[in-house]
Parts: sequence; structure tokens; C-alpha cells
Amino acid sequence: MWRRHRVLIGATLVGLAAIGVLPMASPSIVTLLALILAKGVVVLGIIVLLQAGQVSFGHAMFFAAGAYAVAFYGRYVGVGDMLLYLVFGAVAGGVLGLIVGLFVVRYREIFFGMLNLAFSMVLWSLLEKMFHYTNGADGIRVARPALVGLTFTPDQFSYVLLYLSFAIAVAALFAVQRYLESPLGSMLRAIKSNETRLEYLGISARRVLLVGYVTSAVLAGLGGSLVAVIQQIATPEFAYWTKSGEFVFIAILGGTGHALGAFAGAAVFEFVRFYASAQLADAWQMILGFVLIAIILLAPAGLIGIVRRRSAGERSAA
Amino acid sequence: MNLTIVVLAALDGISYAALVFLVSVGLSLIFGVMRIVNVAHGSLYAYGAYAAATIGIAVAPISPWLTYPGLLLAAIGVGTILGGLLERFLLRLVYGRDEALQLLITFAVFMILDNLQRVIWGVQPIFAAAPLQLLPNISVLGVGYTSYQTLLLPGVAALTLIGLRYFLRHTLGGAVILAVTEDREAATAIGINPNRVFLRTFILGAILAALGGALASPTTSLLPGIGTEMIVLSFAVAATAGLGQIEGAAIAALMIGLARAFAIYTYPEFEVLVPYAIMVLVLLIRPQGLFGATRLRRI
Repeated sequence: MWRRHRVLIGATLVGLAAIGVLPMASPSIVTLLALILAKGVVVLGIIVLLQAGQVSFGHAMFFAAGAYAVAFYGRYVGVGDMLLYLVFGAVAGGVLGLIVGLFVVRYREIFFGMLNLAFSMVLWSLLEKMFHYTNGADGIRVARPALVGLTFTPDQFSYVLLYLSFAIAVAALFAVQRYLESPLGSMLRAIKSNETRLEYLGISARRVLLVGYVTSAVLAGLGGSLVAVIQQIATPEFAYWTKSGEFVFIAILGGTGHALGAFAGAAVFEFVRFYASAQLADAWQMILGFVLIAIILLAPAGLIGIVRRRSAGERSAA
Repeated sequence: MNLTIVVLAALDGISYAALVFLVSVGLSLIFGVMRIVNVAHGSLYAYGAYAAATIGIAVAPISPWLTYPGLLLAAIGVGTILGGLLERFLLRLVYGRDEALQLLITFAVFMILDNLQRVIWGVQPIFAAAPLQLLPNISVLGVGYTSYQTLLLPGVAALTLIGLRYFLRHTLGGAVILAVTEDREAATAIGINPNRVFLRTFILGAILAALGGALASPTTSLLPGIGTEMIVLSFAVAATAGLGQIEGAAIAALMIGLARAFAIYTYPEFEVLVPYAIMVLVLLIRPQGLFGATRLRRI
């Protein structure tokens, strides 16, 4: 166990140190760190699908489903409990993922991407135009929930959210890495390398992809419910195609070869956005665009790939 | 629903379809030849629109009629410069790479151009309606409408369709493009330079997007986000028709344009939904699009 999960345990300890130390340096960073972890959970789902070689340009729909599940509960039932919210977010993402997934797993590559985009834009336009239920473009405010019955001040709650996000991120990280190392995960990669052979083995490629798809939708819904609580709002923008693009961006930035890439990518993405928008006013998007081009051209395996190459180099030098 | 509304919706739909067609046919052409979905295509549309408005505002005091060549200049200038730079210095580096990376590099370009657009033209709405006001209004079955939208826009779209067909089917330049699309290796072997073909195709597609933007600029106020919206819409049209289908894009644009216009007059809350709902339905039944050739399932 220790040896096999060396990398993950190491990363968890580094993450633990980061969320312990960084907020001491500047308290304003607490929310940013929570956001990074929440987005990393969503991007984990994108990485799962990328194993099968499929790019979804519509995963923001599951992210939005998780966020709106929380928002609707708050609006129509009343302020709930944080754990309940997380369950709702994951279930909303998973159910929508199963419905959409049953259709899209029949398609590959560009058709897969297009159909995902189309479904997500349908959800976006519904959220935007069903003003009566969704408040349209203004979105729905999400009130601060309690956690297992305990209530917190806003200040305490931001720390609670950070630790909760961290716990969820670690659980998701281990679960996804376990899944990718399992036979089911190998079959997922086989869809990318040789789907015909997979079918000749008597395995249904569609079913394998559906499991991956629903898994990624659950992760997106979970992350969506977290982000809705962290940012205290759910807006139609959560389902827009640029949001989907952002998730794929983070996955490629971090590197798709390892589940850890999701968090490495999310950290760089959000830090660049946070500091560039503070220092350079309206240029953060441009900077991120250049970062992305540089990564694609110079290090297509992403940040994780850079680290791996370096450690492999050290090992062969030793 | 009376006749006036039907006519109004039809005219709205046709003029809108003409614009969407120009943009989506460019997207489709680029995909058909280069197998790249250009996410930055909507930015080219937006830059065409803003450039046309800037030129229009500059030349209108001299003579408002100069705004017309201004529209054309904006489209060709934006398409050639931006399209040329993008293909030559960026896309050329990723041919043959992973599809996801190709898609994402155009997404990066979209992020940069979108940001740059806000820096150059700001976030306040810009109006440049001179070309629209110059042409007289005409009456269609008793409904008054601008002739710019009822005649000029569909006219340009129809000319583009005919021109593209003629170019691809009956000229050497078109034959070369089709040859590279069909079999790149064989085309190279007979002395065609595929890089040059890709550059030309991309510039042509970019000019079409910018032309759509330039022609749209007099009919609407320019805001950040027009390109973001147009890319998904033109994508919906291109995918509904089948990526790479030129005549199909015209029919899909009309379908989506008309459906959207009728939705505005009957159930306005479904205005935005209609194009995507059509796209989902068509793709579920025919993933290769209405007019795309049936491809055998790989397994």
C-alpha cells in the first residue's frame, strides 16, 4: 500500500502542508485554495474521459447540474446541510450523466465532442431563459449551509470549506487513480488505443465508456456543488461552453497521464488568474492563452509530464 | 399568428440565416480540408465586425457610401492577416498531433483574441448603422423592412454559395484543395504543396467569418461576447448540416435561422434553445449531420 501509493501519499502530504501554511501567509488565499481543489475534482473527470481519447466540450453541464442542485434546494426547500448538498451535487451530476451518457457513448472523437457541446448548450439556454425558476443570467444565490448541524461564522466557514474540499479532493484522487489502475481503467485506455480489439475480447466498449462517463459526471457534479457553496452563487455561466473549455484546458495544462495533473493544472490556472487579474487588470485571459499554447507546443504531457521527465532523468543520472 | 408576424419572422430568419451561413460555411470548409475545429472562428467574426465598425465610423463623415467598401476591406483584411498568421505560425506546428491538442490550441487563440478585443475596443456597445440606413426600406407583403437585410445579406450569402461551389468544382485552385482533402500523400506526390493549400483554405475560411461579422455590424450593437455566441451557433449549423458540407450549411442555416425567428415571435423564452435543440435532435439521429456522408462504424 505504502509503496504503491507513494506518489499519491506524497502529494497529499504536500497538499496538506500547503493548505496549512499558505493561509498563514495571506488569509485571502483560503477561498482560492478551496476553489482550486473543487475545480481539480471536476478536472479529474475530464482526465478519466481523456484516457479513452474522448474530449468532452460540454462537461460544464454536469458542473452546472451540481451547482443548481444546491441552489434549487436552497431556494425551494431551505438552507440545507453541506454534506446533503454534496450528495445532491454528485447525484444530480450522475443522473444527468447517465441520461446524456446513454446517448453520447455511441459516438467517438469529434461527434462525441459535438454532441456533448450541444447538450450543454441546451442546458445553458434553459438556465438562462427559464427566468421564473432560475433567475436567468443573475443566477441563484446560495446561502451558507451548516455542516452536520454546526453553524459557522463566514470566516470560520471559509476554513471549513477548505478542509472539506481537501478531504473530498484526496478521496476523489485516490478513487480515480485506483479506477484507472483497475481492469476497467485499462479497458478505458483500450478504447483510445484499439477499440476493435477490445470488442473482440467480448467487452462492450460502450459500457466501459459509459462507466467512465458517469464517473466523470459525478465528479463534475460534486465539484459544481462545492464551487456553488464556495462562490455562494450558481449562474448559467457554469454551463456555458467556455467553462467546458476551461476544464479541458486545465486537464491538458496539468497533464492527463496521472490523476494528480488535475490539481497541478487547477493550481496554476487559478493562481495565474488570481494574480494576473490583480496585477495586470484585464490581461489574465490572454496570459492563460499564451501559457496554454506554450504547454501544447513545448510540453504536451503537461506539468505532470515535466516533473516525470525530470525525475526520470535524475534516476538515470544516478 | 397573423400574416404580418409570419412575414416578419420569415424576413428576420432569412437575414439572420445569411449571416450564420457565411460564418459556418467558413468553419465547415476549414474542418473539411484541415480536420481542425477552429474554436477561434467566432473571434474572427467579432474582429470582422469591430474592424468594419471602426472603418465605418472613420469614413462615414467623408461619404457614407464609403462604408460599403469599408465592410469588404475589414473582412478581407482581418481574414487575411489574422487567418494567415494563425495558420502559418501556430496551426502548422500541430498538424498530425492529438486531436484534443489541435482543438485546444484554437481555444487558446480564442482566449487571447477575446481578451485583446476587449483591450482594443472596450466593453461599451459600438453602433455603426450607416450602411443599413443608406439603402431604402422596402415593403414585403405590406411589411416594411430594410433592403439591406432582405436583399443585400441573402444576396451576398447566395453569391458566396455559388462562388464557393464554382471555385471548388470548376477551377484548378478548387481541384487542388479537393485533391489534398481526398489524399494528401498522392497530392504531394504530383507536386502540390499541401502547406500552401492549408494556408489558402484557412485564410478563405477566416475571410468568410470576418465577412459575416462585417455584414452583421450595421444590424446590431457590438458587444464583447458576440464572437463567443457566434462560434457555438455556427458550430450548431455546421454540425447539423454535417461538417464539411457547403450546400448543407446553407439549408441548415435557413432551418435554424427561421426556427429561431419564429420562436422569437411565438415563444421568446425558447429563442436561444432552438438552435441547440435542433442540433441535439439531428446529431442523435444522424451523427454525421443531415447531409454528411454515412461513415461505416469503425467496429
